[in-house]
Amino acid sequence: MVIERIRTILGRNRRREKPAPVPLERGVIPWLLAVALATSLPHAEHLPLWLTLIFSTLLIGRTWLWQRNARLPARWLLALIAITGTAGIAWHYRTLFGRDAGVALLVFFMALKPLELHARRDGLVIVMLGFFLLLTHYFHSQSIPTGLWLFATTILLTATLIRMNGGGPSPRRILGDAATLVAQALPLMLVFFLFFPRVQGPLWGLPRDAHAGLTGLSDRMSPGSLNQLIQSGEIAFRAQFTSPLPARSQLYWRGPVLDLYDGLTWRANPRNALRSANKPAAVEILRPNFADYTLTLEPHNQRWLLALDLPISFPEGTGLWPTFETLAREPVRYRTRYSFRSALDHAANRDETPRMRTQSLRLPANLNPRTRQLAREWQETLGDPERISAAALRFFRDEKFFYTLQPPLLGEHAIDEFLFDSRRGFCEHYAAAYVVLMRAAGIPARVVTGYQGGEINPIDGYLTVRQSDAHAWAEIWLEGRGWTRVDPTAAVAPSRIERGIGAALPAGDPLPALVRVDGDWLRRLQQLRHRWEAANNAWNQWVIGYNPQRQREVLSRIGMKSPDWRMMSLALAAGSTLILAFVAIGMLCRRTKAPADQRAWLDLCRALERHGIHRLPWEGPFALAERVCREHPELSEITKEAAGCYATLRYGETNSPEHLRALQNCTKRLASRRRKTR
Amino acid sequence: MSFRERFARWLFRLGRDEHLPVVLTRRRIFILPTGAGILYAIVLVVMLIGAINYNLSLGHALVFLLAGIGLVGMVHTFRNLLELQLHPGRAEPVFSGETAYFQLHLDNARLLPRYALEFSIGRNGGVLCDVPPEEQTVVAVPFATTRRGRIDPGRITLASRYPLGLFRVWSYPHPPLSCLVYPRPIETPFPPASPASQSGGTTGITGQEDFSGLRQHQSNDSPRHIAWKAVARDIEHRPLLVKQFDGGAVEELWLDWSLTPEAADVEKRLSLLAGWVVRAEREHRRYGLRLPGRSIPPCSGTTHRSVCLEALALYGD
Repeated sequence: MVIERIRTILGRNRRREKPAPVPLERGVIPWLLAVALATSLPHAEHLPLWLTLIFSTLLIGRTWLWQRNARLPARWLLALIAITGTAGIAWHYRTLFGRDAGVALLVFFMALKPLELHARRDGLVIVMLGFFLLLTHYFHSQSIPTGLWLFATTILLTATLIRMNGGGPSPRRILGDAATLVAQALPLMLVFFLFFPRVQGPLWGLPRDAHAGLTGLSDRMSPGSLNQLIQSGEIAFRAQFTSPLPARSQLYWRGPVLDLYDGLTWRANPRNALRSANKPAAVEILRPNFADYTLTLEPHNQRWLLALDLPISFPEGTGLWPTFETLAREPVRYRTRYSFRSALDHAANRDETPRMRTQSLRLPANLNPRTRQLAREWQETLGDPERISAAALRFFRDEKFFYTLQPPLLGEHAIDEFLFDSRRGFCEHYAAAYVVLMRAAGIPARVVTGYQGGEINPIDGYLTVRQSDAHAWAEIWLEGRGWTRVDPTAAVAPSRIERGIGAALPAGDPLPALVRVDGDWLRRLQQLRHRWEAANNAWNQWVIGYNPQRQREVLSRIGMKSPDWRMMSLALAAGSTLILAFVAIGMLCRRTKAPADQRAWLDLCRALERHGIHRLPWEGPFALAERVCREHPELSEITKEAAGCYATLRYGETNSPEHLRALQNCTKRLASRRRKTR
Repeated sequence: MSFRERFARWLFRLGRDEHLPVVLTRRRIFILPTGAGILYAIVLVVMLIGAINYNLSLGHALVFLLAGIGLVGMVHTFRNLLELQLHPGRAEPVFSGETAYFQLHLDNARLLPRYALEFSIGRNGGVLCDVPPEEQTVVAVPFATTRRGRIDPGRITLASRYPLGLFRVWSYPHPPLSCLVYPRPIETPFPPASPASQSGGTTGITGQEDFSGLRQHQSNDSPRHIAWKAVARDIEHRPLLVKQFDGGAVEELWLDWSLTPEAADVEKRLSLLAGWVVRAEREHRRYGLRLPGRSIPPCSGTTHRSVCLEALALYGD
C-alpha cells in the first residue's frame, strides 16, 4: 500500500497491468493429487513415519475439500503448517541441507502445495516438484522396477500437463496422448543417453549422508559381525572371467586383513597403511596359473576391491597394500568395474619385515590360558610350524566341531570356550581360534576377511558373489614360503568351500532362501532368479554403469575412432535432429487423401494450368469444358472427355475404374501435347 | 509507419488475407517457449547437474526423456495450428460499447484433432475451441466496440499452448471481417411533435388503441400482436393471425436530425436519434427518420429498426 503510494508520488506507477493468473479448472485437481501421490509414494519407505502420516493426512484432506468443493484453508494456517513441518524435519535430520532432509522437505512441500491451488501456475509448480521428486528416487534405487515405475509416472506427469493446457476432460484420451508423446520422445532419450558427453561426478562435495546404508565387509570383526552379513542375499559383486574359471577352492576374494586382536575384536592395523613403515607387498609367481577377470563391484563405501588372491596387475587408481589388499584411492560409492589379473600360485613376501612378523604374533595377555597351553605343547612336541598348523587343523577335524550360523554366546576367554567347550561356530570362529593358536605357538598369523566362492549365472556366465559368501580365513607366515593361506573352516566343513554355505549348514539352520540348494521347486525358483539376475546385470552393466569409460568403450565399438566431447556433441545434435525430423514429418504430413477420382481431376486441372487455363473456383467440369471450347478449341475434345469421365465418376451411379483410367489418360495426353507444342 | 511496426509487418507477415479461406501455412506460424517452458528447461538443467553430481545414470535417462518430451511437445504444438483453414463468418450488429462477436468457420482437413485454439482480437479476451479431425467448427471471437460505423477488427491472434504449455505457437490471420456498430443509444423523451412530424399523422388507418379485427401475419409484424388465442384454437389449419387496431392517438413520429440540439456534436446527436429509434420500436410506434440527405419513411418492425439504425451507424461515411 505504502509502496504503491510512493510510486504514485514518484510518478513511477507505470507498471504494466499484469494479466490475471489463469484460473485452475476443477477437473485438473485430481490429476495434480495423483501426481503428488505417485511421485512421493516410493519415498515413504525411507521417510520418518510421522512425515508419511502428515503427508497422507494433508493429501486426504485436500481430496475431501475437492469433493465438497469447499474453500481452501487460509494462508496463515498454511504458513503455520509449513513452519511446523520444516522445523520437524530439521529436528529429525538435525539439518535441512543433507540429501535425505532435502528429499523430506520436497515431499512435505509436495503435500502442502495442493492446499493452495488457485491458478494454473500453482499446478505447474506441483508438476515441476514432481519431476524433482522423480529424480530423487534414484538415490535409493536404480533397479529395473524403479525405472519402470518412473516411466509410468512420467506418463502421468505429461498427461497432467496436457490436462492443464486444454486437453479436454477424457482421462483415457489424455493418457493415450501422453503415452504417444513419451513414446515419440524415447528415441530422442536413447540418442541423448548414448551421445551426451558424460562427466564423472561428483562435481562438488556431496552431503555427508549421501552414501548412507551401503552394506559390506567392515575393517573389524567381532563375534556375530560376519554372521549378519551372511544372512543377506544381497549381491556384493559380479565377476566376468576371460580366462578359464578357477576351481572353487581357489576363489578367495581378498578383503580387509585383520591383524590386531584385543580378545574380543579383530581389527585392521591402520598403520599398515603407511607404506614407509612396511615393506611393500611383493608377489612372486610360482607357476603361470593366471586368472583374468573384471569385477563389477556394488558400492560398499570402503576402499578395498576384493581381488582374487593375489592380484598382479591392477586398473588405474588402485594399488596393492603391504597386507595384500587391493585398495582404491576413494571409497567405492558407485557400481564400478575393475579389471584384474591374479596369480593363483604365488608366494607373498618371503622376506617379511621383522616388525610385521612381531605384530602378527601379538596376543592379549592373561586371556585364553588353555589355548596358549595347547599351543605351547604343540610347539614343544612338534617344533616345525607346518606340522603345528597341520595339528591345529587335525584338531578341528577330529574333535566334535559343528559348523553353524547360530553359535552360543562366548564369555571373556572366548577362544578357550570355543575350542574346548561349545565347539559350535562358523568361519569367523575357526579363523580366529586358528590364528590365536598359531600366534601362541610362535607362528606369525593373521585373519583375512573377504568372500569365498560365488555362483555362476548360467544365463550370462557372470559369477555372482553375494554377501552370504562372506568368509574369514587365516594366513600364516612360513620361512621360505611367505604368507600362506590356511582355511580352518575347510577342515570342519569342507562342503562350505566346495559347494557354498547352503550345503555346509545343517538342515534347520535359518538362512536366506536364496542360498539354499535343496528341493525341486527351489531349483526352479533358482532358475528364475538366475534369469532375473542376468537381466539385472545387463541393466547394471549397460544402463546404470554407463559412465564416461563405458561410453568411450561403446562409442568406439560402434565406429567412433576417438570419441571426444566434440564428436559426441556432433553425433548428439545430428541424431536428435534426425529423430525430431522423423517425428515431425510423421505428424505434420498426415493429411487425408482425397478420393482417387478427385485427385485425378485435380491432376487434370493442373495439366490444363500448364496450357494457361485456370479453373475458376466455382467452375464445374462442364462449365470448364465449355470455356475451354471457346478459348482453346484445340483442347476441347480432351477436356470434354475428361469432364464427362469425372462427372460419371463423381455423380454417376457406378464407380467404374475404366472412367478413372480414361480421366488419367486425358491428363497424360494433355501433358504430351504440351511437350509437342514446345 | 515506425521502424518497429515495419519490422513486425515483415517478421509476422502481417496484412490482410486476400485469398479465402485463410490457410495457416508453416511460414506464418510462429513459436516460442513460454514462461513455463523456460522454467521447465531450468528444472531440467538443475536435474541434470544433480544426476551428474550423484552419478545417477537413470537420472540422466530421466532428464533426457523429459527433454525429449519437451522437444516432441514443441512439434505437437506447431502441428496444432498447421494447415488450419479459416473462413470469415458474419457478425451481428451491436451498439457501440457492446461486445461484437465475429464468427470464424474453422476447417480441420487433417487426421489429427486440434485442441485449445485460442482466438483473440487485440487486447480483448480470448475464446477457446477445439476442432475434431476432418470437421468444421464455428467460433465467435469477442471484440469490444468503441465507435459506430462499419468496423474492421483488424488481425486476429490465434494462439495455442497445447499439449504441454511449454511452447506457445501463434499466427496473425487477417481475414476480411466487418461488423456494423450502431451509435450508442441515449434514451431521452421523444421530441415535441413539430408540424412537419405531424404530416398525415391523424389520418392513419391503423393505430394502437381499438381492436378492429384479424388479418394474416406478415413477416414484419410484432409478435405481441399475434392472436395467440385464435391460433391455439386450430393450430393445424389456420394461418397465423394478427390483431389489428384502429384509431386512437395514431401518430407518425418523425425522428428528425434537426430536432436534436444543434450545440451537441455529431456523435451525440446520432446517439440521441438512436435512442429515439430504440424507444419508438419498443413502444410500437410508427416512426420515420430524417437525416441530412436521407429520409426513411415511417414504418415499424424490426427490419425498419435495423434500416434506421444502419443509416445512423453509417452516417457521414
